[in-house]
Amino acid sequence: MNRFFDIPSDLQHDWLGLIGLHLREALLPVLGGLLLALPLAQLCVRLRWLYPPVLWVTTVLYAIPSLAFFVVLIDYTGQTELTVMIPLTIYSLVVLVPAIVDGVRSVPQETLAAATAMGFGPVRRYVLVQLPIAVPAIIAGLRVATVSSISLVSVGMLIGNQGALGNLLHDAQIYNRPELAWNSVITSAALAVLADALLVVVRILLTPWMPSGARVEKSKPAGVRPEPAVPALEDAAR
Amino acid sequence: MNVINFVSAFFSESAHWQGYDGIPTRVWEHVQYSLEALALAAVIGLPIGLVTGHYGRGGNVLSLVATAGRALPTFGLLVVTTIVLGFGMLPVMIPLVVLAVPPILVTTYEAVRSVDPSPVDAARGMGMGESGVLLRVELPVALPMIFGGLRSAAIQIVSTATIAAYVSLGGLGRYIVDGLYQHDYEKVVGGATLVAGMALATLAVFWAAAKVTVSPGVRRSN
Repeated sequence: MNRFFDIPSDLQHDWLGLIGLHLREALLPVLGGLLLALPLAQLCVRLRWLYPPVLWVTTVLYAIPSLAFFVVLIDYTGQTELTVMIPLTIYSLVVLVPAIVDGVRSVPQETLAAATAMGFGPVRRYVLVQLPIAVPAIIAGLRVATVSSISLVSVGMLIGNQGALGNLLHDAQIYNRPELAWNSVITSAALAVLADALLVVVRILLTPWMPSGARVEKSKPAGVRPEPAVPALEDAAR
Repeated sequence: MNVINFVSAFFSESAHWQGYDGIPTRVWEHVQYSLEALALAAVIGLPIGLVTGHYGRGGNVLSLVATAGRALPTFGLLVVTTIVLGFGMLPVMIPLVVLAVPPILVTTYEAVRSVDPSPVDAARGMGMGESGVLLRVELPVALPMIFGGLRSAAIQIVSTATIAAYVSLGGLGRYIVDGLYQHDYEKVVGGATLVAGMALATLAVFWAAAKVTVSPGVRRSN
C-alpha cells in the first residue's frame, strides 16, 4: 500500500501535487469553455441561422482525436500545459454550446412575456430570467464537460509529460510498477466522480425551486421530454 | 497555413497509399476496430437500456453506472488493461467498450421512457404482451433517439480507437503515434485528418440509417 502513493521523483510532485496539477489542467479549460460558450450560445439563440453551422464546426473539431490535437499544437505552443488545455477548452465548448442553447430555448414563451411585461429589458431578462431557468441544462452540460476533461488530461502524458496524473502511466511502464497505473486510473476516476457530485450540489443550491434529482425522475409527468439537453450532451464523453 | 501544407503533403505522397502502412490498410483496420467495439457496446447497452426503460426502473443505478464509466480515463484504462492482459486486441476493446456503453445505455433508457404512454396503453388494451409492447410500439417510436446514442458512441469510438496504436496495434492512430515519435508532423496531421473524416462519414452513415429504418409516421411527429 505504501508503494501505491510512493511517486517517483522524476514527476517532481507528490500525489497531492499531481492531483492539484490534474485539476488545474482539467478545470481551467472547462471554465474557459463556459466563458466562451455563454456569449456564443446567446448569439446562436438570437440568430437562428447561426446555430447549425456552429454545431457543424464544433462537431468536426470534436472529431479530432485529442492526441492529434496536442501534437499539432506543439508547433505553436510547445510542450506545455497550454497545449493540453486548448483542445480541452474546445471539446468542452462542443458540449456547452448546445446545452446552453437548449436550456435558454426551453424557457416558456409566457415566462418571457411576463418578464417583458414587468418592464425587464433584454439584458436584464436574459440574466435574471433566462439564465436561471437554463441552469439545470447548463449544469448538465458542465457535468459531462468536466468529467471528460478530467479523464482526457492523462493523454497529455504522451507529449512530454504534461498529463499530470497521466504521467504515472508512463512511470508505471518504465519502472515496471503497475500499481502506479492503477493509482493514476483510480485517482482520476475518483476526481471525476467527486467533481460530478459537486456540480449536482451546485445545481441544487442554484435552483432551490426545483425538486431534487431523485424526485424529478418519479414525479415527472409521463410524456414530458427528459432533461432538455440529454441527447445533445451524450456526444461528449471521450 | 502550416496545417494545410502538412495535409496536402501527406495525401499527395504516393508512398502513403500502399503497403502495410498505407492509408487503405490503416483505414480498414480502424473501421474493423470501431465496428467491433460498437457492436460489443451495443450488445451490452441496448438490451439493458430497453428493458430498464420499459419498466422505468433503475434509472438512478443506470446514471450512476454511466457516470462511473465516463469517469474512467480511457487512456489510463488502456495502460492498465495492457499491464494486466498483455498486448493484444482484448486490452484495446475493453476501454473502447467502457467508453461507448454509457451513451448507448443512458440514451436508450431515456428514449424508451419518454415514449408517449397513450399508444403503449392502447397496445396493452388490445392484448399485446410486454415484449410486444416493447419491441413493436416503444422501440419504433424511440428509434430516432436510440440512433442518437449509438451515433455519439460511434463517433467517440472512431476518434478514440487511435489509442490502439499506442499498444502497438494498427489503425489510423499509427500515423499519429509514429509521427509523434519521428517528429513527422505531416504524418500526425494527415492521420488526424483521416480520423476526423471518418468521424464525419460515421455521422453520414447514421443519418442514412435513421432515414431508412425510422418509420415515416414517427419521423413526421418529431
